[in-house]
Amino acid sequence: MDVHEILRTKALSVGYGKQKIVEDVSFSARPGEIICLIAPNGEGKSTLLKTLLRQLPPLAGAVWVDDLPLTHVKEEEFAKSCAAVLTQRVNPEMMRCEEVIATGRYPYTGRLGILSTHDRRIVEEIIQLVGIESIRQQVFNQISDGQRQRIMLARALCQEPKLLLMDEPTSFLDLYNKLEFLHLLRSLVREKQLAVVMSLHELDLAQKYADTIICLKSGRIDRCGPPEEIFSGNYIEELYGVKNGSYNALFGSAEPCSVTGDPEIFVLGGGGTGIPVFRRLQRAGIPFATGVLQENDLDYPVARALSATVIAERAFEPVSDGKLSEALSVFHQCRGMICTLSRFGSDNQKNRLLLEEAKRSNRLLTVNQLV
Amino acid sequence: MKNQIDRRRFFFCLAFLVFVLSILLVLNLLSGSTCIPSRAVFSALFSTTPEPTAEMRIIRQIRLPRLFSAALLGGALSVSGYLLQTFFANPIAGPFVLGISSGAKLTVALTMIFCLARGISLTSLGMVTAAFCGALLSMMVVLFASRWLKNMAFLIVCGVMIGYICSAVTEVAVTFADDSNIVNLHNWSMGSFSGIEWKDLTIAGVFVLLAMAGTVFLIKPINAYRLGESYARSMGVNILSFRVELILLASILAATVTAFAGPISFVGIAVPHLIRSMLRSERPHYMLPTCFLGGAVFCLFCDWIARSLFAPTELSISTVTALFGAPIVIRLMLSRRREDRTNGCA
Repeated sequence: MDVHEILRTKALSVGYGKQKIVEDVSFSARPGEIICLIAPNGEGKSTLLKTLLRQLPPLAGAVWVDDLPLTHVKEEEFAKSCAAVLTQRVNPEMMRCEEVIATGRYPYTGRLGILSTHDRRIVEEIIQLVGIESIRQQVFNQISDGQRQRIMLARALCQEPKLLLMDEPTSFLDLYNKLEFLHLLRSLVREKQLAVVMSLHELDLAQKYADTIICLKSGRIDRCGPPEEIFSGNYIEELYGVKNGSYNALFGSAEPCSVTGDPEIFVLGGGGTGIPVFRRLQRAGIPFATGVLQENDLDYPVARALSATVIAERAFEPVSDGKLSEALSVFHQCRGMICTLSRFGSDNQKNRLLLEEAKRSNRLLTVNQLV
Repeated sequence: MKNQIDRRRFFFCLAFLVFVLSILLVLNLLSGSTCIPSRAVFSALFSTTPEPTAEMRIIRQIRLPRLFSAALLGGALSVSGYLLQTFFANPIAGPFVLGISSGAKLTVALTMIFCLARGISLTSLGMVTAAFCGALLSMMVVLFASRWLKNMAFLIVCGVMIGYICSAVTEVAVTFADDSNIVNLHNWSMGSFSGIEWKDLTIAGVFVLLAMAGTVFLIKPINAYRLGESYARSMGVNILSFRVELILLASILAATVTAFAGPISFVGIAVPHLIRSMLRSERPHYMLPTCFLGGAVFCLFCDWIARSLFAPTELSISTVTALFGAPIVIRLMLSRRREDRTNGCA
């Protein structure tokens, strides 16, 4: 390993008092790397972050930040290499954003905390970098959550850290601000070669923005690796013990559970047109069947998650006679069909026969007739 | 980078307070139970005659120490309030509300009675020490309570109750004290700047100065602490030693005031609040000097009212500070409630 490690833990145990919440944590963070902690509630993400931040003493094992053991560094020295964005809201009275940001210079200023010209220049640079020029003079308590989080990030950067620890930094933000924040973080990490360890509840975002994912479960690191490894198969469902629903790791989308029972309705769809109907039927609690869908069809993953029966054809293959007759026999047990297609292509020509059968037996319905 | 508006406002406030302070100093010097013409006042200040007249002695031995102690102790009280508000992250905290002044009053009264009964004369240093012990004692009770009472309102109620208990015990002690001492003790336990001599003032000055010097070194962590304990810690503030220092300094300041002037209510809450709304900033670099000056102005003003409103009868200083301070505190609580509602968080 020639790249310098900024954070390294070895057999670390964290918890409160004598009660260990997570044990045997060993991992390391390199410059320019974003590590996301994901875990079910109460599995110790915050506890681990608090320990790394020295707000809790480690119960066992060791932590090195920038090659120095955590327990041997003085507070202010530690603050020069590690900064934090915490989850709790702060409500400072009558404090301008600029002042909040400048508190990040704490470990560098003298006994009286007066900013030097150098300190001012750093604050100025970071304000430009984070793009908060327009709100710097505003009172911190009067800006939006998204802006607050940017200010807190800028404050942390003023400590000129090598390691940035963040506890659910995007939790209170709306979609726009979540993406803005993470985009900004990504570019800062690249530019300043920071190492970031953060906890995220948004799995879809963790999958897309993290270089490494650490999963905590049952008091230890359950898995650790790049998102491609973690978000595959049914692992996420296992990690969270998902029962009433499913998680599509490829798209990062959560689905509710399917309505079980004999299918009442047959949905003839494909290419994404069926999904809205699947959802409405699922909400109405009506079990349904769908087909024939190729396994590479856009409708297919949602159909798998929500429908009682899916008649699937192999990917890239036209619908075969066998699958067609299977679909017909399922349709005969349904009370009607909803068709969301307006035209058929060469691969699903045979599905047209299903539609004709529905028309012939006068069982073609619309969604609005059902729910 | 420096915020020019905030800075200008700070210097304006300082200048304004210094201006008012000098007016009040002159006013206090000129008024009193004996009518002394202004010319005589000035000659008393600057003449060097070996045999001073009665008027000169009034000015030099009574009025001057009194106005200096009002200014000094008022400033100390207001800074003590500011420190406690920082500690509890609550603008309604203060040495009187939290029972610290009353605790100091109790131990001073007991020590006085004990010493007088045995014919030992109590030095001003002894008074401060006794007051400091009492202040710390009630502070400990409040801190102990604060471990369970996370709700600030309950904590304040707890402090007020401690204050009442201490006052009640003091009253009992005073009632059973020797007749000859009662008058003196009674005056003091109501709070008053009268009867403070130059030597007391010197001792008080030394304590206040030392405590203020200590407070200057807390400016930096106080600023970080505005973002809450966790953030302050993540920036390298040693929370434990910061808190201990804060409590000790606030107690020393409150105890010094109580030892010499008795318990004085509302200065600790009202002045920092007024200063905050004047500065429209809570930057500790600005708050600390302005709070001290503001406290001095407030107490000089209240002392002037206390002496001249029903002259020659004198009101106790707490009566006047309460009269002016309590409405400010009520306004403060009302504005906080409004803020809480608009912010949607406590």
